[in-house]
Amino acid sequence: MKRTFASIFRKEMIHIFRDVQSLFMVLTMPILMLLLYGYAITLDMKGIDIAIIDQSHSPESRSLVEHISSTDFFRITARDVPVDSVSRLFNSRTVRCVLVIPQDYARELVAAPGPQVQLLVDASDPNAANFINNYVGRVISEENVRLSGHSPVLFNVSPRIFYNPDMRSADFFVPGLIGLILILISSLLTSIAIVREKETGTMEQLLVSPIKPLQLILGKVLPYTMLGFIDGVLILVVGSLWFNVPITGSLVLVLTMMLIYVVTGISLGILVSTLAKNQAIAMLAAVMLTILPTVMMSGFIFPIASMPKALQYVAAIVPATYFMEIIRGIVLKGNTLANLYQPAGILLAMDVLLIVLATRLFRVRLE
Amino acid sequence: MSNQRPAEGDASAKTAGRDGFAVEVQDLTRTFGDFVAVDHVSFSVARGEIFGFLGANGAGKTTTIRMLCGLLLPSGGRGTVAGYDIMRDYERIKLRIGYMSQKFSLYDDLSVRENIEFYGGMYGLGRGEIADRIDNLFESIGLAEHADKLAGSLPLGWKQRMSLAASLLHDPEIIFLDEPTSGVDPVSRRSFWLLIYALADRGKTVFVTTHYMDEAEYCSRISIMKLGKIVELENPHRLKERYGVSTMQEVFLKAVAGSDI
Repeated sequence: MKRTFASIFRKEMIHIFRDVQSLFMVLTMPILMLLLYGYAITLDMKGIDIAIIDQSHSPESRSLVEHISSTDFFRITARDVPVDSVSRLFNSRTVRCVLVIPQDYARELVAAPGPQVQLLVDASDPNAANFINNYVGRVISEENVRLSGHSPVLFNVSPRIFYNPDMRSADFFVPGLIGLILILISSLLTSIAIVREKETGTMEQLLVSPIKPLQLILGKVLPYTMLGFIDGVLILVVGSLWFNVPITGSLVLVLTMMLIYVVTGISLGILVSTLAKNQAIAMLAAVMLTILPTVMMSGFIFPIASMPKALQYVAAIVPATYFMEIIRGIVLKGNTLANLYQPAGILLAMDVLLIVLATRLFRVRLE
Repeated sequence: MSNQRPAEGDASAKTAGRDGFAVEVQDLTRTFGDFVAVDHVSFSVARGEIFGFLGANGAGKTTTIRMLCGLLLPSGGRGTVAGYDIMRDYERIKLRIGYMSQKFSLYDDLSVRENIEFYGGMYGLGRGEIADRIDNLFESIGLAEHADKLAGSLPLGWKQRMSLAASLLHDPEIIFLDEPTSGVDPVSRRSFWLLIYALADRGKTVFVTTHYMDEAEYCSRISIMKLGKIVELENPHRLKERYGVSTMQEVFLKAVAGSDI
């Protein structure tokens, strides 16, 4: 019955707008999370601490050192320390790499086979070690070109990078973060919606009325979907303006997909709420069911293709997996619905399934 | 619920009470695990009666009421409320009964009017209809001056009137009141009972549980429950005569202390 649904909707809206403190939290927390994680989660490396031991002290060696210090990739934190202190520097994490320029550097530059510059790298973080190695290699080859006047290699690869030409990790992570924050917030919003009424006793009064479970569940899903969607718009705006992530594709499409995805989170929360014994358990379950799978399994950081087969099946039931594909597709590649109808369809099917499940599992009697 | 579904009552029982009793139960039983909360209880309540349900805490009063309202599935026995079978037709029963829980179960952050409007919507009433009924109801219950205050800000006595209003808005035939006056001052209790009388005068059946023995005197008939069983079922006057005492208080103490403990 429409009247019953409308009454529940109105009642939930009153709950939302009268609890100003919670409303304030709901609207600011996602933005804070985005700012916090947006800065913390990055694969861009900057300011790597390096020690330089220049034994040559020649104009040539100074030119090399200058080349290294002129990028913001490295930060020179020690100079001309004794060679035997290197392990102490690594252990105290003062530096992550050491460049040793030999005494004969300037002289050997003009004679074959050329000087041996030594790079010592702390590879306890292999990913970082790789970056350092590549970066120094690039500096050295540039220095070679500068000194000899021609390229020392016979052929070269000239890469052309699509969709994220500067290879900024923000462009990759910010849309992913939107996916993480949205599912967390929206499922938290409704995780207590039903169990709270059980705890305060108001459910008893509801259950003696001729209300149908579907009316109650939809009456709660709709207002919280609106709230979750507002959160989505907020973090999309902050993500694109603050972190300079351009939205290449259609904004309307992004918003539509966000709406479908918010309903997934809201419905998941409602399902948790119909099953949970109390509010604390409901909130914990909502957090566990969203954060962990989304961070680990959805392709948020780790590519799904490189996971073991079994985990790939798990990834296939994580809603965020599909949303990551959708939002990155639209934001970075300018995908249209023609490219994305499949993951969008799966998300929609999840919405329906979760609501049907919650309705079926809703108990019209007290336990 | 883990309890097995009891045998369905036979079909003829379905409409037996339509013109007769408001409530009729036979061997009504409810267990929670090994604990038998309500143990083969049988009674009937006539239309227009004020039926009092007495008993110590945990005697099974609330469990019985909850089974009659469709909130709990009985483990055994059968019964009808407003002529409908409590096992199968509880959706139809719900339209014909009002229920007031012993614990305040409306929303603190909604105003009195908003709460009542909400329950009107739960019963499928239209907005205009709700507004009309609220005006009448608030007039008779005396809630008009508090209509726009938040429920949470009201003293308990007013909250209970508000709960009563919520349970009456859809004009039910039978009203179940589970300890409606517990924790309320004597003046509020007295005026609450005047409302109950007014309901009975209009032909409503009132099924009420209480701990107050003075309230028991106001009932047409009372039943005293003890450890899940009904030990007395009688008019208060005749009970006092039979026990040879002058107050219901004494009747209650004797009836409950009677056989064991």
